[in-house]
Amino acid sequence: MAFVGRSRHQTPSRDSAPGPRFVLFAVLSVVCLYYDQRDSWLQSLRYWMQGSLYPLQWLVDAPRVGLEQIGDALESRDSLRAEVARLQQRNAEVDVNALRLEALEHENAQLRALTQALPALVTRHLAAEVISVELNPLKQRLMLNKGKRDGAFQGQAVVDARGLLGQLTRVGPQASELILLTDPEHAVPVQIARNGLRSIAVGAGNSGELLLPYLPVNSDVKAGDLLITSGLGGVFPAGYPVATVTGIKRDPVLLLTQVRAKPLATLERDRETLLLWFDPTHSAAPVAPVASDTLPQVTLGAPVDAADSEATADDPVGVDSGEGEMPAAPATKAGKR
Amino acid sequence: MTLREQQRISVLLVAATSLAALLLMLAPLPLWLSLLRPPLLVLVVLYWSTMSPATGGIFIGFFCGLLLDVLQGAQLGQHALALSLVTYLAVRLHLIMRAKPIFEQSLLVLVALLLYELVLWAIDGWSGHPLNTVLRWLPPFTGAAVWPVIAGLLGRTHAPR
Repeated sequence: MAFVGRSRHQTPSRDSAPGPRFVLFAVLSVVCLYYDQRDSWLQSLRYWMQGSLYPLQWLVDAPRVGLEQIGDALESRDSLRAEVARLQQRNAEVDVNALRLEALEHENAQLRALTQALPALVTRHLAAEVISVELNPLKQRLMLNKGKRDGAFQGQAVVDARGLLGQLTRVGPQASELILLTDPEHAVPVQIARNGLRSIAVGAGNSGELLLPYLPVNSDVKAGDLLITSGLGGVFPAGYPVATVTGIKRDPVLLLTQVRAKPLATLERDRETLLLWFDPTHSAAPVAPVASDTLPQVTLGAPVDAADSEATADDPVGVDSGEGEMPAAPATKAGKR
Repeated sequence: MTLREQQRISVLLVAATSLAALLLMLAPLPLWLSLLRPPLLVLVVLYWSTMSPATGGIFIGFFCGLLLDVLQGAQLGQHALALSLVTYLAVRLHLIMRAKPIFEQSLLVLVALLLYELVLWAIDGWSGHPLNTVLRWLPPFTGAAVWPVIAGLLGRTHAPR
């Protein structure tokens, strides 16, 4: 104890008074917090830090990449041949489907009385791999190995081969953060493919599910219904598959239907994802809402679309509820857009 | 610990162990393990702040906090504030902490980690990204549980007291 006591007297003066230093750094942190909430110069500091810390993330991910490459190198000739055969067959199937799609697109264009087929909705796509680094395990976020240098931007839609995955939130120089559909802070405007009923699908967190909390009690929803993006909200284009309905609970007291849905995209094990760029002039392209920069659906889209969904709910099943006033609501909403 | 021994704890050692802890925080784990993952970087920074307030201390805490903010996609300043607070307390109480047997140290570490998580939770709420789940209060307990191991390992890296 005597030693310890002496060491305190001999230590340099700067830590004999930690109070002022703590106040300094606490104030600095609060300043950071304040400006990080707003779009400001701090974003470029963060961008720069993200870029310079990328080697750490790369280092953490390197063992997995190395193991995978060793695995690839050791893969036998037979298994490769089998895979080629499987992929060829799959390609043939996809080709047939594509033929059909082309015919449908042509027919669609004719129905719309256009002289030529619609331009492609997706003008560009880029494969991005998931970097295996831990972000917060309580949030549904992933790190992708494409950033601003590859042209990625905040709010960009990300899909996998099965369906919608989410959107980019923080874009660094070489990597960006993807917020998954199932994050509680994420909401995506959807519609039921069967009847066009619109609503909002909010992430349910760790359970890997989506919730549709804004549907009226008499809405026409069935288990197994396919949910597709509705194109509202300004981030996702219309018509991308999102999830299938798994559970429905009608609440007669709140007059709401609680719907649970399972995303089609494989959220956990996904390695390959696709970043998409859209042709803004296409009819299915996302409708941009009022100027906003961060997660538009959460802040802006939700209330507007909730009103829309109530209105459209009347179309298929609204026999008994007040039809007289409901259709007026979406008309004014649509007028504002 | 005499002054000479204290100076032997170089900034390089503190930086290297903190970097190792940071990499371990980033390493991917299965979800259930990841939920239990102790906040290793906080423990390492705490250790150096109590053992050698001159080399560890609030600046290291703030800086490591900023790194965590960027790497974990949190609000910039969130971990920085929490870690500055915890290191401040560690520097203030380092003599008390050092005099305690290891298991009592663990209890103090538990209090520090709960305080750390409390700051993160409060900032999550204030900034409009509330995350209210019991699961977020688990890491402080696993952190306190592994404190003896961390303190033992880090104790081997510098001259014995």
